[in-house]
Parts: sequence; C-alpha cells; structure tokens
Amino acid sequence: MTTTSTPERRIAPKRGIMHQPPSARSMLVKIALLAIVDAIAVFAMTILFFQESWLVLVILGAVTLLVNVIYLSPGLLPAKYLTPGLIFLAVFQIFVVLYSCYIAFTNYGDGHNSTKDDAISALVSQNTQRIEGSPVYQVQVVEGAGGLGLLATSPEGEVLVGTAEDALAPVDPGAVTQDGPRATALEGWTSLSMQDVLQRQQEITALQVPLEDDLSAGFLRTSNAIQAFVFQSNFVYDEAADTMTDTEAGTVYRDLGNGQFETEDGEVLGTGWQILVGFENFLYPFQNPKYGEALLGVTLWTFAFAILSVGLAFVLGLFLALTLNDPRMRSRKVYRTLSILPYAFPSFLSALVWLGLLNTEFGFVNEALFGSANIPWLTDPWLAKVSVLIVNVWLGFPYMFLICMGALQSIPEELTEAATVDGASPWQVFGSIKFPLLLVSTAPLLISSFAFNFNNFNTIYLLTRGGPRIAGVDENVGHTDLLITLVYKTAFEAGTRDYGLASALSILIFLIVATVSAVAFSRTKALEELN
Amino acid sequence: MKHSSLMKAAGVGALALTLAACAGGGTPAPTSSGESEAPQGGGELVIWMDENRATALEGVIAAFEEETGTTVEVVVKDFGAIRDDLTTQAPSGEGPDVVLGAHDWIGKLVQNGVISPVELGDLAGDFEDVSIQAMTYDGSVYGVPVSIENLALVRNTDLAPDAPATWDDLVSTGQAAVESGEAEFPLLVGIDPNNSDPFHLYPMQASFGGPVFGLNDDGSYNPDDLQLGNEGNVAFAGALAEWGQSGLINLNISQDIAKEQFANGASPYTITGPWNLTAFQEAGVNYAISEIPSAGGQPATPFVGVQGFFVSEYANNPIVAAQFLTEYVAGEEAQSAIFESGQRAPALSSAFEAAQSNEDVAAFGAVGATGVPMPNIPEMDALWADWGTTEAQIISGDAADPAAAWTAMADKIQSTLDG
Repeated sequence: MTTTSTPERRIAPKRGIMHQPPSARSMLVKIALLAIVDAIAVFAMTILFFQESWLVLVILGAVTLLVNVIYLSPGLLPAKYLTPGLIFLAVFQIFVVLYSCYIAFTNYGDGHNSTKDDAISALVSQNTQRIEGSPVYQVQVVEGAGGLGLLATSPEGEVLVGTAEDALAPVDPGAVTQDGPRATALEGWTSLSMQDVLQRQQEITALQVPLEDDLSAGFLRTSNAIQAFVFQSNFVYDEAADTMTDTEAGTVYRDLGNGQFETEDGEVLGTGWQILVGFENFLYPFQNPKYGEALLGVTLWTFAFAILSVGLAFVLGLFLALTLNDPRMRSRKVYRTLSILPYAFPSFLSALVWLGLLNTEFGFVNEALFGSANIPWLTDPWLAKVSVLIVNVWLGFPYMFLICMGALQSIPEELTEAATVDGASPWQVFGSIKFPLLLVSTAPLLISSFAFNFNNFNTIYLLTRGGPRIAGVDENVGHTDLLITLVYKTAFEAGTRDYGLASALSILIFLIVATVSAVAFSRTKALEELN
Repeated sequence: MKHSSLMKAAGVGALALTLAACAGGGTPAPTSSGESEAPQGGGELVIWMDENRATALEGVIAAFEEETGTTVEVVVKDFGAIRDDLTTQAPSGEGPDVVLGAHDWIGKLVQNGVISPVELGDLAGDFEDVSIQAMTYDGSVYGVPVSIENLALVRNTDLAPDAPATWDDLVSTGQAAVESGEAEFPLLVGIDPNNSDPFHLYPMQASFGGPVFGLNDDGSYNPDDLQLGNEGNVAFAGALAEWGQSGLINLNISQDIAKEQFANGASPYTITGPWNLTAFQEAGVNYAISEIPSAGGQPATPFVGVQGFFVSEYANNPIVAAQFLTEYVAGEEAQSAIFESGQRAPALSSAFEAAQSNEDVAAFGAVGATGVPMPNIPEMDALWADWGTTEAQIISGDAADPAAAWTAMADKIQSTLDG
C-alpha cells in the first residue's frame, strides 16, 4: 500500500512530493490494491450483515472508508505509511487487551460457555432421548402449506404425515408414491430432494413432529432425513416464565441472575451461560485468603525469577564477553562458538533435556556430578526454584553474551587507551568508562528481557509444571509457578476452567509488566542524558 | 447459522460483483461448477481430528465424498487441543461439524453445551458394550466409538517366562531378577515425580476395592457418590507407601524412562498400554501381555479409554454429520483403517473380532474386557490434580501417615464437589 514509487521520488523536487500528480502506472496499482481491500471488506461486511453483528459491521465500514480516503486523497503521506501498522496494532494488540478486559468481568469458563439461548437449546437437546424400544420410521422430508413435515412409514408399513404443528396422521394410501416399503411422495406435498435437504439441514434436524396432539407422548425426529426415531424431551423451557422444567421429576429451575438455571435450594443445571459478574474475578484472591496468599507468593517469585534470570545471565554474559574480547586470549573463536551453542537449540527442547538431566535418580547431574546422590532437584520447593533459575540462566546467557560483545566492540579503543595513559587501572577503565557506555546500549534490551522472563512460560512449564504443589491451597498452585503458568493452569488445566479469573490475572500481569517497563525506560533515558 | 448457505452465496456474489466491478469483469465468479458433477449432495462437512486418524481415514473420506457428493474439510489438530478448541470456538458457529475425541471429555463438553447426542438406533448393538457404555452420558449416547485402549501387564518373557498368578508372585519374580543381576527394576510403572499418575496406578487401586465414584442403577457413574475415601482406597494408600519405600513404585521413573528401560530389558514387568508396543518391538524385546495380578484381593481392573467421533451442537451440517458417523465411521472399513494405524482395538464388534488375529490386540482386549470405562462425568476433572499429588507424597514418604493423607485428599475433593 505504499503508493509513491521510487522513480517519482527521484524526479520530484524535495519540497513538492505531495503535489506532484502520480504517474498513470502507480495510480493503476494503487486502485487495484484498494479494490482488493475493498472487495474483501465488502465480502466480510455481507457476512456480518447476515450475522446481524451491527457493531463490527459499522466499525469495519468506517475503517474501510477511512482507508479509501487516506489512499485516494493526494496528501496525508504520514497516514499512508502508518495506516497498515495501526490497523495491525488495533487488531492484534488493542483488541486482544480489550477483549481480555471484557472476559475478566464475566464468568466465562466451564459451564458458562456461550449465550443463554445456546444454553437453553443445549439443555433441551441433552435431555431429549429416544423412547426405549420405540419403532424406527422410514421418513421423507416433505413441505406443505403448514411448513416442513415428515412423511413417515412405520415398521408395519403404515404411512403417516405430520408437521411441527399437526400431529402425525395416517394418509390415504392411494395418494402415496412408494419406493419399496418406503413412502417417498404424497399428493399435495412437495418432497424435498437431497439437495434441498442439505440446504435446510438445521431446520430439518430441529423439526419435531408430535405423535399425538400432546407432545408428551413423544415426537418423531430425524438426524439423517432417512430414518426417524420417537423421542421424548424431559426438559421444557417456558419462555414467558423464563423457567426450565424437568417434567420427569417435576423440578422447576429458574434464572436467578447467576448465569445458570437453579432451584431455590441450590440445585443447578450443568449448562449455564456467560454473564457479567463485575469485579468478582478481581476480588477472588481476597475472598479466598489462602489463594490470595499463594498468589502473592507467586507474584514475588515471578519478580525474583525475572530479575535473577536477567541479572545472572547478564553478569555471566558480560564476564564471558570481556574475557573473550581480550586479545591475549587464544582460540577466541572456538570459545565464542561454544558459548553461543545453548542459543542455537530451541529452548523448549533444551528444557526437556534438562528435565532428564535433573531427574533425581537417573539424571546425569546426580549420577555423574554428585556421585549418585538422590538430590530432589525438581521436587523440593527451594531446589526446584534453584533448578529453574540455573536452567534459565543457561538458556539466557548466550543472548547477553552476544549483546555485550557487540556493545563492547562498539566502544572506541581510544577511550581505553586515553584512560590508560591517564593512569587508570583496568578496573577503573571498566567501571567508569566501559560499563556505563555498555549500559546505555544494553539497558533497553535488559528491560525487554525482564518482560520476556516475567512471562517465561516454556522454562517453568516444561521443567516443573509449576510444581511442587503448595500444600493447603485448593487451587493447583505450585512453588515454581510464575503468574503466566498460573494463568494457563487456571484457564486450561483446572478441574473447572475459569477463563474469567485467568483474564483477570492476565490483566494483573499486563499492568505489572507495563509499569515496570515504563518506569525502567524513563530511567534509561536519564542514563542516555548522562553521556 | 441458519443463514449460513444464504450468507455464503450472498458473500460470494458480492465478492464476485466487487471483483467484476473493479477488474472490469475479467474474473468469473467462483460458482459451484464443481458441485454439478456430484451425484446428489453438495453438502459440506468440517472434521477436526489428529494426524494419525486423518491419514487412516483418507480412503473412507474419499469414498464418502464421492458417494454423497459432499465436500469434506479435514482440519488436522493435536489430539489434546481438540477439546479446548471445540469448547471455545464452537459457540461462534465457525467450528467443526464433527470432532474426534476421548470419551472422558464428554461430561465437560456436555456441560459446556458443545456436543449433541447421536442417535445410533440399532447400530448400538454392533459395538463392543464397553465402548457404548463409555460414550453414554446421562442416558444419551454422545459419540460413535472407534477405538478402545487400556493398560495391561507386559512382561519380558526372557526374564519372566510365565504370567504371574498373584501380585506377590510378580513382586518375588521381579525382585529375584534384580537380585540375580538380570534386571535393574522389579517392575516399571511410568509416573511423575510431582504428580504421580493415578491412571497408571488405578488397576492396583481397584484391586483393593477402591472405585472412584459409585454407580447408578444403569451402570453410569454417580457424581454424588464419591468413593475415593472408602476403606479399600485407604488400604491402597498403605500399600502404596510400602511399595514406594521398597522401590517397587518409583517416582523418578517417568513414562519415557519406563518405556526405555523396559525396551532395554531392565525389568521383567511393566504396566503400560498398546501405545508403547512399537518401541518394544523395535528394541527386539520378547514380550507377552497378560492381566495385572490383584494386589488387594479384588480384580485389578484398568480404566478403559474409548475414542470416537462427536457431533458439534453448533454443527452447520448436522445431517451430513449424522450420515458420515452412522454410515461411514460406524462401518468396518473405517474402524479397521483406524485400527491398522494405531493398533488400538476397534470398537465395532465385527472389526474387533477381525483384529483378534493380532495377538497383542487380543491380549489387551481380554484385559480391557474386565476393565471399567474411565468416568466421563465432568466432576472427574476435579480429581486428578489432588489425587496425583497425594499419591506422589505417599510414594515419596513425605506423607508420614498415608491413610490420613489419603482421607484428607478425599475430604478435600468431596468439599470441592459440594461446591
């Protein structure tokens, strides 16, 4: 969508870029590209129209219009460059954050998966069962004045017809066309061809043709438009009263505003729906002190893990960079290559290898390095923390080594020489000259490393899965859990998946990382001003 | 969703119009010219399944497409991911029509309202009873089963020529092999240092008379009757502590280590499923499969896992889905194809019989016939984490009083279930 082509720029005088009429070719390319974008947008808008998603439709329409204005109008050069990026930012970042915020205020999770309408139809469909031993009818889907109906042939050969409103009734045998024992057409009714059936699948599978005027005697329903069985529904939804009745037990379930049907004495139907629950998810840690305590521990450990990982890896990387940057060192290339090796393996593979190495009984670490001692590296709360740190530093130091190396080499030699001439010791040279200069270029990377390690799911999850578990907490929270693994467990591994709570925790993580990064970046600016 | 076909037609039309308008009518609209060759249908079906099953069913799907004129779109997914993806994506109406899944997901999927019952009619009688029982939840059948799997005792016939008659027999043979230096481990059961593995330890637990949930009259699990803390289960906790101490059950033996060590001939026995047999064959181990001897006096029944195809509650094409399931997946060709690719016993009785010519399948099947389906009620999910952690604590000796630890765990789970 960059529309100004290079030849044009060359010809154009510096100040007049925006006022030059574009060449015919670039104009054509521009129109073609815009046409594709518009075509896709119109396609999407048509779908949205039929889905009745008005809000998204309006937003999409507005964005499309804006894109056209920006690229068709002669000026607005910065907007022409920024628009694609801004759109991607909105779709992949801002939308995700806003959506997570929305979910955090709902009870979305197991049992509260969709809308109330969906829950009602799911409950009814779950509780619609074939009457045991009932006959199998051969059916033909037909359409008459009263809508869709079933032309059914009973096992005894009797032919009946009925619709959702009119119960099954025998028909005049003379008006029936048969294919073998199965009736396929009836005068006054149109038989649906397979093609038609496929076009109206949901209508047909939802069709219930009562056996008698009273629906409780059962109804015919077909799932393949060839055979029908007699079903009976135990659950009836009363729209006026907004209640779900179990006709077998006579229990009435109501919507008491908790996102589910329940009785007064607390009996609940399994399938509920999503509702807004306000701050409930954010208050959960406070209402469950033990969980709150565990969460606090996890938060502190997450900070410790991120800071120590970055700090230790940086120290180790810097040390190696300094050593291997010294011209007196022999075969530096070999050492450098070796130091970068851990970086060359995919981190999750390395983590799995470490999992094997740290096995208490069979692991190489205990077997070879500690003389077959059974040190519980991954199952003791404190040792597990040490282990994940060691592994993470091992995974992280090559990166630090590389950036330190680059930063060191970019510091002019003359500075060192001048300082040495002035009589500075090597320590002074490092502490007062090299290190501050190095920090200027590496500090932003250290901050992003911190953010990365704050959410370092791979290392933790593959090594310990967050374990060993903290005793006394109902939820599955472990000693080495980071906030992100806790979010994952809450969302996907808990007995009852709770996306709402997981989103609330995600927002907490987002706030922490954003604050830390913002503060740290403003500090780095101060660092730059020092020079 | 009702408007799906209308919507698509309109969408395609609009796209074609726009394109035509922009490109000066150069591009013909993508009409359904291909579908006119189809015999009768023109339906569509979206299926989610794993790579293994997708490859196995290629032929069956091709036949289905040809015979019914349907277009099938197979989306290959990691087996474990199907459950979460279906739960989160189905309500949007953009999900699949049919998915492959494990029977113990059913409770959760029903609770989330994302699968609908499948009426098998008379077909139900053509399947192995245990597979239909596994697919039944709350009185309705929710899937067409395709394969059955369970644990059994696999022994190295060079180290243990005869199947052990009793648990003591197994232990003494195992220990004798270790003492004579022929083997390193009396028995290999793959578990996890932090979470143990209730599934792999369940046969022994069952032999102490320790079910997880009580049964309703119709043989289904009753979530209101948690049996995890009963006498037999507490007795099992004591035995587990003993085995942990003597090293018979070792927390440091993961599934991978158990497989590798047995393949190396390091133990006369391992408790495992059919999924590890290929590794044993490749390693050239002479093995035989038999039932797990009872440790507590009652039969050591493993959990039976059944995999099958479910129909989405939000399916856009429920009739095509029903046709595919009842006429193709429930057919011998599909069942045998899946069996060939995975070596797990087919669920269709005729295919199951045919597969009996394979000794391994027959042996695992015989053990599975005594087994119980893994509970498919949603309450089951609340158990695993606590159950496994407690077992790990008992095995490692961290829990000084195994019976008390076990009872505390059962009480805690009971209170979670009570909400």
